[in-house]
Amino acid sequence: MKKIVFISAVLYFMATALHAQDFLKRSEVHGSFETDVMFYQPDNALGITDSTINGNNFGFNAFADIIYTLDNFSAGFRYEAYLPPIAGFDTQLEGQGFPYLWATYNTEKYSFTVGNFYEQFGNGLVLRTYQEWSLGYDNSINGVRVVAEPVKGLIFKGVYGTQRYYWSKWEKNGRGVVKGVDAELNFNDVFKFMSDAKLQLTLGGSAVSKYQADNNPFYKMPKNVGAFAGRFNIGIGKFNFTSEYAYKINDPSAVNNYIYKDGQGFIFTGSYSTTGLGVFAMFKRYDNMSYKSDQAVTGNALDINYLPALTEDHTYMLAAMYPYATQPNGEIGFQVQVNYKIPKKTWLGGKYGTGIEINYSQINDIDRQKVNDTTGINQNGTLGYTSEFFKFGKTIFNRDLTVKIDKKFSKNLKGIYTYINQQYNQDVVLGHTGEPNVFAHIGVIDMTYKFTSKKALRVELQGLWTKEDKQDWAALMFEYTISPHWFFSIADQYNYGNDIAEDRLHYYTGSFGYTYKTTRVSVTYGRQREGVVCVGGVCRQVPASNGFSITLSSNF
Amino acid sequence: MKKLFLLTFLVVFGMAAMAQEVNPGAKIPSVTIKNIDGNSFNTQDISNDGKPIIISFWALWCKPCKLEMDAYNENYPEWVEETGVKIYAVSIDDARSTAKVLPFVSGKGWTMEMLLDPNSDFKRAMSVNMIPHTFILNGNGEVVYQHTSYYEGLEDEIFEILKKIAAGEDPNE
Repeated sequence: MKKIVFISAVLYFMATALHAQDFLKRSEVHGSFETDVMFYQPDNALGITDSTINGNNFGFNAFADIIYTLDNFSAGFRYEAYLPPIAGFDTQLEGQGFPYLWATYNTEKYSFTVGNFYEQFGNGLVLRTYQEWSLGYDNSINGVRVVAEPVKGLIFKGVYGTQRYYWSKWEKNGRGVVKGVDAELNFNDVFKFMSDAKLQLTLGGSAVSKYQADNNPFYKMPKNVGAFAGRFNIGIGKFNFTSEYAYKINDPSAVNNYIYKDGQGFIFTGSYSTTGLGVFAMFKRYDNMSYKSDQAVTGNALDINYLPALTEDHTYMLAAMYPYATQPNGEIGFQVQVNYKIPKKTWLGGKYGTGIEINYSQINDIDRQKVNDTTGINQNGTLGYTSEFFKFGKTIFNRDLTVKIDKKFSKNLKGIYTYINQQYNQDVVLGHTGEPNVFAHIGVIDMTYKFTSKKALRVELQGLWTKEDKQDWAALMFEYTISPHWFFSIADQYNYGNDIAEDRLHYYTGSFGYTYKTTRVSVTYGRQREGVVCVGGVCRQVPASNGFSITLSSNF
Repeated sequence: MKKLFLLTFLVVFGMAAMAQEVNPGAKIPSVTIKNIDGNSFNTQDISNDGKPIIISFWALWCKPCKLEMDAYNENYPEWVEETGVKIYAVSIDDARSTAKVLPFVSGKGWTMEMLLDPNSDFKRAMSVNMIPHTFILNGNGEVVYQHTSYYEGLEDEIFEILKKIAAGEDPNE
């Protein structure tokens, strides 16, 4: 306890003393804070009773992130506390401390970092470390990083270290050590004759290796697992193409059921962009691409690479009911999107123009064939399976058609109309074994009316219709805002179509918030439905709950 | 014990929240990110010949951010005429949708300067917690105003601040 008071005191003095003093004019200190507090209460309808809460009526997640800069030198830390973590966050987060400490020296051409850092090579297919507070996710590397840009447009990076695993310290023969190098060459910056060329060209390549001692009692594990990737980015006038291919040597792990197959990842995107029109298409395939610095670990931890989910990201309450999460063991899919703005002063465009967005994505399992007659598909200790590169497997994981129209009717009234048609494989994506695919229609009407230049009311009316899972839902939300400080909102999600009459529940919430510049306080009271929170295809399950939540956030 | 901890945290938090008032003149840190063409871009190259600058963090998955960008875009020609402002919109979309940003922005017809920050390096260096988050810089490149979240009508306040900066006044008075 003394330690906590001490730490808080240090934080306080650093935050105020350092930047308030004139004698440190060249120094700059800035930082950010956030506190999320939940108070839980029993709710019989949700199956939460006094005994299930059992004293756990409180959740507390908080951090303070401070950065100090003096000319070319900067250093910082993040303090985190989960006392205990809010429901739905990994219980291994419980505790407090400084998981992120770093110092960087930066010159025009070089940058050296020691301590924890976040880095991404290309699209992240072989290496990406990042932090996502809302998921409780952090896979930062603790070690050394060097970045060199000897001439503009040519960037070399090298990283070495071990990854964060909640609060557990790295020990010899424990989780692996990660090493990586990356190079990127932008032709237009480096070569004079291309500086004004119509063709924009960037090439890049990375190599990453993980070393982990072989502690497995059953299998002979490869100690060094290498992964390699190459990428390009080409722009020609209004067209743009990007691609990355990654290859990983055999890497048996708890995630892939200890198969000795190599892994591949491939992403290709093409787009056409002109004023008022954007067209986008992409193809991707991941095959056995989970890459963690500990073979025995599953779940959202110790990932060395990142496999983006490449489906439409939904944010409306009911539209976010069935979010897709990347399947690292194998998926193949495509996505197309068109954005078009019907010009002003036309019949369909009206006085202000009308925006249209259409997105379709489909993700299937990859093709999987037996390696030989006596080995089952994905049998542990074997080569697992063979797979044809461009062939779609029979199982559909996710299919999503979204049509969105936004229209401004007058200076004061505007609306966004959304229709979504989804197919969602609960069995694979959520691990709900044996449950059928969900086929859902979702509609959202979102209207905003401006009373004065500062006061506005936004209303969302939503419906979700499906025969599977929990059947039909309706939702209504009112949000009243007074710019720039206040918001008040009430919402209800009603599972009116549930086949089980006593489960036809209302999930009501009321909330308000106050923002002063960068300080934001918001308070919510009500029921939270069981669900999944996803960011970029990494998801966390959230249990149903009832109670108060308070969020405080600020930066300076 | 827990309550004591909470209390201490809140006190520190409150101090920090107030401290933001006395941290003027912060300059933009040097971070290498990408421009919309995929070329590397150093954030110290953010400039506008001594006129005000807006830096706004947004993402495709952030609904209020897109409303804010729509509002900025609608007012941009008027703001430029009156104050000479330049807007940098920094997308923090990660590899999931970085390649979708350009066609989306074109489809929307937005005309501000677009930057890509796919691993949130610039966001972290600027101590941004939540988006949308808008910074306004004066002619010397110093941060003189920040705001997080967007409600209808914020653009009017932004315009007032820009006018003060353009007239050489302190926008916080």
